[in-house]
Amino acid sequence: MSQVKISTADNRTLLGFWIYLMTDCVLFGSLFATYAVLHQNTFGGPSGQDLFELPYVLVETLLLLTSSFTAGVAILAAKAGRKKQVIGWLVATLLLGLSFLVMEIVEFQEILSSGYSWETSGFLSSFFTLVATHGAHITIGLIWIGVMVWRVWKLGITQGNLRRLMIFSLFWHFLDVVWIFIFTIVYLMGVIGI
Amino acid sequence: MDSIKHFIFGDFNLVDAIPKEMVTLGGAIGITLGLLSILGLVTYFKKWGYLWKNWFTTIDHKKIGVMYIIVAVVMLLRGFADVIMMRLQQATSVGSSQGLFTADTFQQVFSAHGTIMIFFVAMGLMFGLINIVVPLQIGARDVAFPAVNAISFWLFAAGMVLINTSMLLGEFSAAGWLAYPPLSGIEFSPGVGVDYWIWALQVAGIGTTLSGVNFLVTIMKMRAPGMKLMKMPIFTWSVLITMVMVISVFPILTGTLGMLSLDRLMGMHFFTAGGGGNMMMYVNLIWAWGHPEVYILVLPAFGALSDIVATYSRKKLFGYPSMVWALAAIAFFSMIVWLHHFFTMGAGSEVNAFFGITTMIIAIPTGVKIFNWLFTMARGRVRFDSPMVWFIGFVFLFTVGGMTGVMLAVPALDYQVHNSLFLVAHFHNTIIAGVVFGLFAGVTYWFPKVFGFTLHEGLGKAAAWLWFIGFAFAFGPLYVLGLMGATRRLDHYAESTGWQPLFLVAGFGAALIGVGIVCQLLQVVISIKNRKKNLDKTGDPWNGRTLEWAVPSPAPFYNFPAIPNVTSRDAFWQAKQTKTPLWRDSDIVDIHMPKNTSIGVVIAGLAFVVGFAIVWHIVWLAVVGLVAIIVSVIVRATNDDTSYTITREELLAMEKEHKQRYTA
Amino acid sequence: MKTKLFLTLGLVVIVAVLLTVYLTSGVNVEILNPKGIIAEQQRDLIVLTVFLGLFVVIPVYIMTIFIIFRYHEGNKKAKYSPNFSDSLLAETIWWGIPIIIIVFLSIVTVVSTFKLDPHKPIVGDKDPLQVQVVSLDWKWLFIYPEESVASVNYAVIPEGRPVDFALTSDTVMNSFWVPQLAGQIYNMPGMITHLNISADKGSYNGSSANISGEGFAGMKFVIQATDQNDYKSWIKKAQASDNQLSQSAYDELYKPSKNNSVEQYSNVRDHLFNDVVNKYMMPDMSKNHSSEGDK
Repeated sequence: MSQVKISTADNRTLLGFWIYLMTDCVLFGSLFATYAVLHQNTFGGPSGQDLFELPYVLVETLLLLTSSFTAGVAILAAKAGRKKQVIGWLVATLLLGLSFLVMEIVEFQEILSSGYSWETSGFLSSFFTLVATHGAHITIGLIWIGVMVWRVWKLGITQGNLRRLMIFSLFWHFLDVVWIFIFTIVYLMGVIGI
Repeated sequence: MDSIKHFIFGDFNLVDAIPKEMVTLGGAIGITLGLLSILGLVTYFKKWGYLWKNWFTTIDHKKIGVMYIIVAVVMLLRGFADVIMMRLQQATSVGSSQGLFTADTFQQVFSAHGTIMIFFVAMGLMFGLINIVVPLQIGARDVAFPAVNAISFWLFAAGMVLINTSMLLGEFSAAGWLAYPPLSGIEFSPGVGVDYWIWALQVAGIGTTLSGVNFLVTIMKMRAPGMKLMKMPIFTWSVLITMVMVISVFPILTGTLGMLSLDRLMGMHFFTAGGGGNMMMYVNLIWAWGHPEVYILVLPAFGALSDIVATYSRKKLFGYPSMVWALAAIAFFSMIVWLHHFFTMGAGSEVNAFFGITTMIIAIPTGVKIFNWLFTMARGRVRFDSPMVWFIGFVFLFTVGGMTGVMLAVPALDYQVHNSLFLVAHFHNTIIAGVVFGLFAGVTYWFPKVFGFTLHEGLGKAAAWLWFIGFAFAFGPLYVLGLMGATRRLDHYAESTGWQPLFLVAGFGAALIGVGIVCQLLQVVISIKNRKKNLDKTGDPWNGRTLEWAVPSPAPFYNFPAIPNVTSRDAFWQAKQTKTPLWRDSDIVDIHMPKNTSIGVVIAGLAFVVGFAIVWHIVWLAVVGLVAIIVSVIVRATNDDTSYTITREELLAMEKEHKQRYTA
Repeated sequence: MKTKLFLTLGLVVIVAVLLTVYLTSGVNVEILNPKGIIAEQQRDLIVLTVFLGLFVVIPVYIMTIFIIFRYHEGNKKAKYSPNFSDSLLAETIWWGIPIIIIVFLSIVTVVSTFKLDPHKPIVGDKDPLQVQVVSLDWKWLFIYPEESVASVNYAVIPEGRPVDFALTSDTVMNSFWVPQLAGQIYNMPGMITHLNISADKGSYNGSSANISGEGFAGMKFVIQATDQNDYKSWIKKAQASDNQLSQSAYDELYKPSKNNSVEQYSNVRDHLFNDVVNKYMMPDMSKNHSSEGDK
C-alpha cells in the first residue's frame, strides 16, 4: 500500500486537537490544584499513606506506558501503510488500556469495600474525582481504538483514517502524561506523606 | 410502586414542579403561551422544513452568528424583566412594606439576572458578532470546523433552554450568579435551583470552550495570504486574544461546576463546610475563571469599537501596535488578578497588595486604548452615526467604571465598598457601558453585511441616548447608596436608612433604559419593513476599511469567490485608494464547502436531556443521553462525506448575479 | 450630536446637583461619615483615589468634547490627515502618565494594605477588648469571653478602646460590616478571621454584606460605643440575666430564624466559640460538645 499524505485541512484538525488537549490540560490542572489543597483534609478518614499500594500502581503505570508505546508503533505502521500491523498494534493498545482500567476499578472497589468512599473526606472526594476523570478519558480512548480498528479493517489506511489515528495517538500520549502526574503527585507523594 | 416511579421520574413530579408563586406562575404561563404561539405560527405557515434546512442544520458562520444574536436579544428581554422586578421590589420594600416578592423569589430573580445577562446576553452578542465578522475579516470562507461551530451554538441554545425551563418546572438558584458554597451546597439549597444553574452553565460553557478552539485555529490557519499577524484587523486581533483566554479559563469553570455538582449529587466534600471541604477553593477557582471572563466579554467589544472608530473617522486607527500590545497586556494581567474579588476573605496583606497592584496595572493599557481611539478621531472627518453615539456613551461611562475599578483595587478601600451597591454600580459601568454598548455598536455596524440593508438611524440614535442617560440615572444613585452602607441583594430595608428616594431614581433610570430597548426593537421592525429604502447596494455602506466590506451585502454563503490577496492593514481601504481589485475573475477556481448537518441540534438536544435528567436525578435518562451523545459523535466523526464542490462556472454565475442585482 | 451631548451632560450635572442637595439634607452617608480611626483612613483613601482618577477622567472628557466639536464631518476647516496614525510623543505621554499614577497608587496600596490590615491589633494605651462573633441563620451572636456574656444582634463596646472582633460562622459565609467603623470581613465556618476597630461614641448600624439565604436582609445589628461606665453597667446587666447561653440554649439559637430582636445572655458555655469553629474541622466534634456542654 502506498503512503498517505497529510493535507492542510488535516493540519488544521491536528492543531485544533492540540488546542483541545490544552483545554483538557487546564481541566486536569484545576482538579490537581483542588487535590493539592484538599489532600490533607482527611477528616478522620484514611490518608494516602493508609490507602495506596505503590507496587500495584506501578504495574498500572507500566501497562499504560507500554500502551503508549504500542500506540506509537501503530502510527508508524500506519504511515508506512501496513494495514495488518496497524490493527495488531491497535488491538495490543486496546488490551493494555483495558487492563489498566480494570486495575483502577479494582483499586477503587477495594477502597469502597474497606468502608470508605468519596463521601468520607475532602481528600477522598478529590482523589476519586481526579483519578476517575482520567479513567473516563481512558474509557473514551478505548472506544476510539475500537472504532479505529473497525474502520481500518473496513477501509484500509485512507487519508481520513491516518488523520484520525494521529489525533488518537496525541490523545493517548496526553493521557499518559497526565497519568505520570497523577502517579507522582497523588501516589508517590501520597505514600511518602507530603 | 413508588420505587418504580422514582426510577422512571427521579425526583421529578409535575404537580410539585409547577411554580406556586403568582409571579413565577405568571411568567411560566406567559412563556408557555409564547412558545405555543410561535410553534403554532411556524406550523401554520409550514415553515418547519425551511427552518430545519436553512437554519437548524446550517453550518454557515453568518447564519450561526445571527442565531446567537437572536437568542441574546430574547434573553436580554428576559434579563430586563428581572431588572424591572428587582427595581420594583427595592423601590417598594421599605419599613413595614415587604414589597411585591418574597425573599426567595427576589433572590432567584437577581441570580437569574446575573447569570442570564453574562452567559446568554453578553456572550451571545459577542459570539454572534465573532461568528459573523471574523471569517469575513480574514478572507476565509468559513471557520476551521464548521460542524463544531454549529455544535457550539446549539449547546449555547440548550443551556439557554435549560435555564428558562427552571422557570416552568421547579425553581432557579437563589444563591447569586456565582453560587458560593456552602450556600449553594445541598445542605443549604436542597432544591433543584442550583442544579439548573450548574447544568445550564455547564452545557453552554462546553460550547464556549469548543468555540475557543475553533476560532483560534480559524485565525491562526485561515487568514488570507499576505495577512501577517500585524496586518490583521483589530477586531480579529481582539478575538484571537480573547480565544486564548477562553481556552485557558473555561475548562476551570467546567471543572469547578463539576466539583460543585459532585458535592450536591454524590455527597462529596470539595466545598462543603466540614467533611474536609474548603469553600475558599471554590471562590478561588470560580474567580480564576470569572475575572478573565469579564475581559473575554470586553476585549471583542474593544475590537469592534476600534474598527468602528477608524471607519467613521475616515482615518487609520491610531497606534495600531500599541492597541495590539494593550489587548495582550490586558489579557495577561486579567489572569492574575482574580483574588481582588475577595480581599475580604482574610488573606495576608502581601497577597492582597500584590493582587491590588496587578489589578491597577490593567488600567494602564485600558487608558491607552481610550486615548488611541480619541486620537483616531483627531484630524479625521468623524461621522456621528449611531455606532459612534454608542462609542461616545462608552467613553463617558466606561472611564467612570475604570476609575471606580482602580478604587476597588485598593484592598483597604475595597473592605468598605465590597458587596455594596457601589460595587454593583462599578461592574455595570464596565459591563453595560463597555461590553453592551460596544457590542450594540458592532451589531449596528455589521448588520447590513448579513441582511443587505442598514438599520434605521433615528431610532438607533434614540436608543443609544436613552441607554446613556438612563444609565446615569440607574447607576449613579447606586454608587451613593453603596457609600451609604447599602449592601447588594437586599430584598428589604429600613425606612430610617433614607435609601428609598435613590432606589426610586434608579428605577426611573431603568425605565429609561427600557424605553431604549423598545426603540431598538422598533428599530429592527421598522428597518425590516422599510428595507427597500435602506438597501446596501454597494456592500460597503460605511466606506469601510477591512475585507468584509469587499463582498456584496448580504455576503454570499461562500463569502469570497476567490481568496483575496492582502498587502496592508486596511486591505479594502488600500484597494479602494489604489483602485486595485483584491481578486480577479481569473483567480476563481472550484471550491469545497461544508455540507449542512444536524449534528449540532442532535448533540445539544441530548445535552439538554442529560442536564434535565441530572437536575431531577433521573439516572437512566442521564445515562441513555450520554451514551447517545457518544454514539452521535462517533457517527459524525466517522463520516468522510462532509463537503461538496462548487465549480468555477457556478461561482462566476453567482458573482455575476450579485453584481447585476442592483444595476438592473 | 453636539446639542444632544450637551443636553445629556447638562442633565447629568442637574442630577448631580440634586443628589448633592439630597445628600446634604441630613441623610447619613455612612462611609463618608466615619466614626473610628480605621473607617476614617478608609474614607481618606476614597477621597484620594477619586481625585487621582479624576486626573485622568477629566482630561478624557475634555478631549472627547473638543474632538467632537473640532473633527465632526461638518467642520471642513479642520485638518484632515487620513494617515495620521502614530506619534511617539503622544503615545509616550499616555503610556507614561498612567504608569506614574499607578506607581504612586501602588505605593499607596502597599502602605494602606499593611497599615489597615484587619488582622492587625490597634496599638493604643488600652488592651484591645476581645469580642467573638458568630454568624447564624439569620442573626449575629456576640460573645464576650472575659465577661462570659453574649448578645444577639447588638453589642456594646467602650468608646476609644480598641476592639478585636474574632469572626466565624456556624452557617454559610457571611460578611461582617459596620460601615462607619471599618470595612467588612467574611465570616466562614471552620475558620476565624479578625477585624480590629476603634469607635467614637455613638450607635452604628451593621449588617451582613454577603448573601446567606432567605433571612439575609434582616441580618442587621447595632454596635453601641459608650463610655466606660455605661459599658460596665451593660455587662453587669447581662451577667445578671436569667437567660443563660448553655449548649441547649445555643442549639435553640442555632435554628434558622429571621429578623431576630436583641437578646442578652449570661454564663456563656466555655469554649463555645472555639467549638463552633472546630465542629467543621473534625468529625463528631459537635456530638462530643453537646454532651459536655450542658453542665
